[in-house]
Amino acid sequence: MNDKAACGLFDSGHRACGGCGAAMAARLMLDAAGKDTIIVSSTGCMEVFSTPYPETAWKVPWIHSLFENNSAVASGIVASLAKQGRKEKVVAIGGDGATFDIGILCLSGAFERGHDFTYICYDNEAYMNTGIQRSGATPYDASTTTSPAGSCSFGNKRPKKDLPLILAAHGAPYVATASIAYPPDFKKKVEKAINTPGPCYIQVHAPCCTGWGFEGEKTIAIGKLAIETGLWVNYEMENGVVTKVKKVVRKPVEDYLIEQKRFRHLFKPKKNETEIAKIQALADRNAEKFGIDITLKK
Amino acid sequence: MLQITEGSLAVADAVGKCRPQVIAAYPITPQTHIVEALAEMVANCTIDAEYITVESEFSALSACLGASAAGSRVYSATTSQGLALMFEVCFNCAGMRLPVVMTIANRALGAPLSIWNDQQDSISLRDSGWLQFYAEDNQEATDLHYLAYRVSEDHSVLLPSFVCFDGFILSHTYEPVDILSQEEVDRYLPRFRPFQRLDADDPISFGLFAAPDYYMEFRYEIDQAAKKALSVFPKAGREFAELFGRDYSGLVESYRMEDADCALVAMGSLCGTVKDAIDDLRDAGRKVGLLKIRTFRPFPAEEVKKALSGVSRVAVLDKNISLGSKGAVALEVKDALYGSQIPVHDYIIGLGGRDVQKKDIARVVTLAEEGKGDLYYGLREEVLK
Repeated sequence: MNDKAACGLFDSGHRACGGCGAAMAARLMLDAAGKDTIIVSSTGCMEVFSTPYPETAWKVPWIHSLFENNSAVASGIVASLAKQGRKEKVVAIGGDGATFDIGILCLSGAFERGHDFTYICYDNEAYMNTGIQRSGATPYDASTTTSPAGSCSFGNKRPKKDLPLILAAHGAPYVATASIAYPPDFKKKVEKAINTPGPCYIQVHAPCCTGWGFEGEKTIAIGKLAIETGLWVNYEMENGVVTKVKKVVRKPVEDYLIEQKRFRHLFKPKKNETEIAKIQALADRNAEKFGIDITLKK
Repeated sequence: MLQITEGSLAVADAVGKCRPQVIAAYPITPQTHIVEALAEMVANCTIDAEYITVESEFSALSACLGASAAGSRVYSATTSQGLALMFEVCFNCAGMRLPVVMTIANRALGAPLSIWNDQQDSISLRDSGWLQFYAEDNQEATDLHYLAYRVSEDHSVLLPSFVCFDGFILSHTYEPVDILSQEEVDRYLPRFRPFQRLDADDPISFGLFAAPDYYMEFRYEIDQAAKKALSVFPKAGREFAELFGRDYSGLVESYRMEDADCALVAMGSLCGTVKDAIDDLRDAGRKVGLLKIRTFRPFPAEEVKKALSGVSRVAVLDKNISLGSKGAVALEVKDALYGSQIPVHDYIIGLGGRDVQKKDIARVVTLAEEGKGDLYYGLREEVLK
């Protein structure tokens, strides 16, 4: 990382799994946000592994109330700071279950009201804290404990909800996607979000070795493959318009899927060409929508 | 200054003078007039508060929780379904020791849907750690807000409070109310001094999870804090009385209890009707008195026991029902009197806005004297057929 040195505001010694993408997201986020930041956490993996009483990994003011209310708690903090004339930045952070599903009411309300805060969703694409159940962010065909692949199921039946677009439709001035596999990009986006007045949203792809089924040392590689296959697109939206997109020389989605146990049923006992083609079509649609393809000169 | 005003407006005036820095609320009948009045004060800069127009009661209390943790005095108001939606946040505010004050314009809970009064809503949150104060009239409803902030914010308590006043019966009724001036309120209620707050210069973590080796001690401390309010509330009441003459130092209040043979026990606006009924009954030579419960949480068991020690029978009027059991107030009174031989009869009364009149109170006294209790008073048999 060449931009900003790690400042250690998210301390070591927490209980995350080795290779946890969410823990990387927390560390990178604080490296970028700095010490004058109040963190509002939802219930979930990150909250549990970082704050078992009487310990805390957070060297900035931090609050956790419930699973689904971090945006509303953040609204209150922003209002309180404004009344006191204080300048701390407020960052709400939640997993995809808290953000896409149970907390979307509070999130929508806070964005519609236009509070000056940043919401960061660490997206590990399922309810990991409770043991890998599907959420609105679980990708098509991923096997989870509530969308298991079986003799008459290929896993999760629906593609991911397009939450960044929903929040952009609230009039959010800045919406971005990022990945822990690209730390400088993620940090730059965090800085931009917290310095943009109004409600800003960052959805950071945070691969989960335990939930997705890969070895802990592969977290970054898996994150990169998501980008390189076009199944995850890193982009920025300013006032509802896409202004920046990470371009790639695309690899086939198989390269990404085959590395993860949650997609193993697509390859064993025999390769499921039909389903893999459907996932490839999702990547192709992403590529077309965002124009991510780099055409190599011959 | 004495003013004839609507209960909700009197409460809003009092709340405004408590100088809340953040208000978050969601409209719901019969509470809405309070937060409309506060919105108007903010719009006209007569109070200096941030007003968050949240998308649900759940977010209203969540926003109050955040603002309180950040170091502001906060306020919300709700009732019935709104309070039910806040259930999760209610336990959180108490557990995180945040001195939120919230008005409850008491209303029945559905189903069936009812916008009318009983006290099922706040009673259902009795185990949440919120202190619960019940007002008999709009003067008391108004004044209890000053006391609530004093007690909640006391560093030996640090628990949130409900100020409960009966929906419509009080909230929409015009009564003369002595309105305190801002200077008078400032003399009684100091500026908010948070015990701890979210602060980048002194970072702390709020709301950690507790494993089995810590959880019970947290619950114990919250319970101890609630019980501490049994002494903090009377002190706050005495200081209020010294300044303004109205005395709320009693956790309970006795009315014509001297030599009473039958004691009625009630909370909220019903107490006014009961007092009038008692006057009539006393005129007719019946030895009847009222024990009014002002603080349902913490429950003043000692005071109740003392006040009821000389009576032959007790009739509790419960505007709630713990379905499958009894009225919540009766359960508490029975517990307080455990070991004594005094019979405690429970009457479920006035649910969902069913009118309770003086003649009903007289009838309840007769039923108690006949030893007939533990019943729903005034059921319409023709509807049940």
